[in-house]
Amino acid sequence: MITQLTYIVAGALFIMSLRWMNSPVTARKGVYAGIAAMLLGVGGTLLSPSVDRFTAIAVAMVLGTLVGIPLAAVPITAVPQRTALSHAFGALAAALVGVGKYYTFSQAELTPFITGAIVFEVLLGFVTFTGSIIAALKLQEVISGRPMTFPGQNFVNFSILGAAVILGVFLVMDPTQSWMFIGVAVLALLFGILLVLPIGGADMPTVISLLNSYAGLSAVAMGFVLHNPLLIIAGALDGASGLILSIIMCKAMNRSFTNVLFGAFGKAQKVVPGEEGEKIHRSVTAEEAAEYLKEAQKVVIVPGYGMAVAQAQHKVRELFDNLTKRGIEVKFAIHPVAGRMPGHMNVLLAEADIPYDNLIEMDEINPEMAQVDIAIVIGANDVVNPAAKTNPGSPIYGMPVIEVDKARQIIFLKRGLSTGFAGVENELFFNSKTMMLFGSAKETVAHLAAELKKN
Amino acid sequence: MNDFFISGLMIFMLSTFVGLDVIKKVSPLLHTPLMSLTNAISAICIVGAILVAGSAEHESKLGTILGSIAVFCSMTNIVSGFLITDRMLKMFKKRKPVEESKKA
Repeated sequence: MITQLTYIVAGALFIMSLRWMNSPVTARKGVYAGIAAMLLGVGGTLLSPSVDRFTAIAVAMVLGTLVGIPLAAVPITAVPQRTALSHAFGALAAALVGVGKYYTFSQAELTPFITGAIVFEVLLGFVTFTGSIIAALKLQEVISGRPMTFPGQNFVNFSILGAAVILGVFLVMDPTQSWMFIGVAVLALLFGILLVLPIGGADMPTVISLLNSYAGLSAVAMGFVLHNPLLIIAGALDGASGLILSIIMCKAMNRSFTNVLFGAFGKAQKVVPGEEGEKIHRSVTAEEAAEYLKEAQKVVIVPGYGMAVAQAQHKVRELFDNLTKRGIEVKFAIHPVAGRMPGHMNVLLAEADIPYDNLIEMDEINPEMAQVDIAIVIGANDVVNPAAKTNPGSPIYGMPVIEVDKARQIIFLKRGLSTGFAGVENELFFNSKTMMLFGSAKETVAHLAAELKKN
Repeated sequence: MNDFFISGLMIFMLSTFVGLDVIKKVSPLLHTPLMSLTNAISAICIVGAILVAGSAEHESKLGTILGSIAVFCSMTNIVSGFLITDRMLKMFKKRKPVEESKKA
């Protein structure tokens, strides 16, 4: 009875926790609500009469805490990997509980309903587990972020998933056939690996969000197995969150789920040639670029992941400071897929002490772009490529972009004229109002900032 | 048909709608901390893990081992999830009032 009551309060607190995340002002309150809910849920469970052996649990909790603390201290650039890893942990926990239930329940307890829920839990849990491990390894660049493909891949993948589902259905009809249960588990583990291997680095924000959703759903399935409403509530909230983030990410790249999962983006895309002929770009030095900036009144900085790779955030902050000190209005234009996971770029800039009121989402900044004197693009390419609007033959056609081409002038910080993730050429480099500022982002931004400090 | 099935589905349906509604209102600014927070929240799986690891009615070695590993995994997510969410949220600062007054 006490356990059930703590679950109700915990469920309410989880919802409040997410509600408070709607603004940076109340967000930290949300974390505390989440912690309170967790303590209630765990406390309530430990008090329940169906738990009477505590040693193993206590040891596992201490070990989990010891591993969890350093995992929370990773650099912000590594947060996507950590997130993928925690999806893996969460999913593994769900799957193992499912396995444990299958083997400890008596035959009478393995009703078709319970068995079905266990199959669902184990299937989702193991797929998410190996899938997230692969995603984490790709993000950590232990294995290549390039899509890995082989002929007939989709056919093989679907056959594996299909076989797992069929085995699962037969198992529900006859729960005593434990070889089928093992079969489901093995096939699920395999499917998770094969599902994520072909997906390229640029699609990781979507994949992480989807895996987030799956991890939530496996918690829901666990709730059905254990007849535990709190697990269903928390799992559904997590699942909903992952779903919304995946949809946002897909929209931001103008892709469908199927296309992300089975399209192996960035591999076979043929670069569609623009008009032939020698293209001329205008290259400037940092000193020259700084002179232009001194004349500006309104500047928008468009950061891409290249900025984070070059560890240039803190130099960007200096640039921001020095521009602001000159009375120039500076805003940051954030594309939803600018980082490696949803919202990643915002955290990277917040870590560099850039106030969050200056971080503007793409949809809000685009109408203002025509009034912008200079747009500075740092380590971004595809997300500002006007071909997405104008060239129907381009692989990124239809993707929403930050419309820097509307600004009066553009300064492009880049290493060279290379293409972006999608392998698409950017005509903006050859636009008459574009100045190319070549060099490593960190040094160039530092140079610019220093020039602006002088009078 | 299992009694819990229908009420469980009802709970699932309602919480999904609540979740969709609440999450839609979260500013894109905070999507990364949101994901680490929901991660920590879904580690409520620890409840199930505890029930398997320390079950009074189904005492078995296998259950204890699998359950304890699951407790370990969930605990890792709880601790690192909440800590890193708070760490990230602390980084989000409003413009300093000094700068505001300078502009005005």
